[in-house]
Amino acid sequence: MKQYLLSVYHPEDTAPPADIEQMMTDVAALNEELLAADAWIFAGGLFPSSTATVVQLDAGSGQVLTTDGPFVEGKEHIGGIWIIKAPDLDAALAWGRRATSACRIPVEVRPFQEEVPD
Amino acid sequence: MAVLTRVLGDIDLAEDAVQEAFTVAVRRWPADGVPPAPAGWIITTARNRAIDKLRRESSRHDKHAQAALLRVQEQPAQEGPVTDDRLRLIFTCCHPALSQAAQVALTLRLIGGLSTAEIARAFLVPEPTMAQRLVRAKTKIRDAAIPYRVPPDAELPGRLSAVLTVVYLVFNEAHLGRAELGTEAIRLGRVLAGLMPDEPEVRGLLALMLLTESRRKARIGLDGELIRLADQDRDQWDRALIAEGHELVRQCLRRNQPGPFQIQAAISAVHSAAGSAAATDWPQILALYDQLLACSPTEVVALNRTVAVAEVAGPATALRLLDGLNLDGYYLFHAIRADLLRRLGRDTQAAEAYQRALERAHNQAERAFLMARRPSAQP
Repeated sequence: MKQYLLSVYHPEDTAPPADIEQMMTDVAALNEELLAADAWIFAGGLFPSSTATVVQLDAGSGQVLTTDGPFVEGKEHIGGIWIIKAPDLDAALAWGRRATSACRIPVEVRPFQEEVPD
Repeated sequence: MAVLTRVLGDIDLAEDAVQEAFTVAVRRWPADGVPPAPAGWIITTARNRAIDKLRRESSRHDKHAQAALLRVQEQPAQEGPVTDDRLRLIFTCCHPALSQAAQVALTLRLIGGLSTAEIARAFLVPEPTMAQRLVRAKTKIRDAAIPYRVPPDAELPGRLSAVLTVVYLVFNEAHLGRAELGTEAIRLGRVLAGLMPDEPEVRGLLALMLLTESRRKARIGLDGELIRLADQDRDQWDRALIAEGHELVRQCLRRNQPGPFQIQAAISAVHSAAGSAAATDWPQILALYDQLLACSPTEVVALNRTVAVAEVAGPATALRLLDGLNLDGYYLFHAIRADLLRRLGRDTQAAEAYQRALERAHNQAERAFLMARRPSAQP
């Protein structure tokens, strides 16, 4: 069966929403449903982008450089991810719609190359 | 429609208003070749709104009234969508995960059978660009696993709306010199109507395209200029297409599940039924625009409605309504405004408005249309 990555895009520098309690309840409920439907592979929230570190190979020196901060400096960063199993994009998008409703922010739905056994 | 909405708090009053409207509409029509009447839709719309209002204010008394209202008209038995390979393919081509440009290209390629070169030419895009667009779309369908199927009933209305939008986009691209797109869109419309006989919006779209197509010869003048509806030689209209369009609109009325394409088709049908511009039943058209605005409340619909308001209530009233719209970037907004100003004798302001319209036109076809409408040069 196909796997999809659901990435939650969190705006930089915003205060937590007023209804954060309700939001956490909604996300917990969604995770319960994913588990019950055997669609849940993994999920987790990330610390803010300021806690990130980038490592990359410098072609010139052959050294690995270490940099403080996220790879992409942007108005949004990835706040969390789900990895789910779904038979097709429609099913993945249905979960994605639930996720964006629960988190109140945009969710990107992207397919993995590898499939997993049903 | 605005009147009906205001009085819907009292259902008896609304029904009386509807009955009155119906009687008036019926009196207007000649006995032969009766054009479609919007009265049934006025009733349906009024009733649906009454039901919605009752649901919101539910009390035991209201629930009784609601049940009584629903019993008055039984809903026809729902049938599932027709399953057919071509239908599965059309819905796949028009999946919301694909951009609209990709949807249009795929539909023309896979359903219409046009070559990549033909599609590229039709949309004035280099062939490699169109080829890449098609490859990306097909790759996405495969890699993201867009399913090859007719959407389930719950999703069908939104998904069908996307398909019809694509077909109508193709139809509207058939400006001067690209008439083959119009023919192709109508063909797609016929395929859809055959595959989905129970979907009235499909018939509505087909009717709209046929009626618009029926005026094509009259729409283009000797010098290639566009001639607007009021000035067209009606002898040049294709009567067979009009007859077919009218019959489809009648079928939609009998179905009594109105939607935006059906209402637009009915408006076009009222125009087609008039022997001359002066004989046009503008109150009927205005009533239809009220319905269209109710189910498709966009600024462009409101703009088109002001044209009908001008005929029924005069240009001053129409101008007041038009100036309340937020369409400064749209060339037709300024063109219609110019027309109204001219009719009110405000010629300087009319000339300024035409100028603004010309500045906002996107292409030669739009500019040519505006030039044709402009009054003769000032001395």
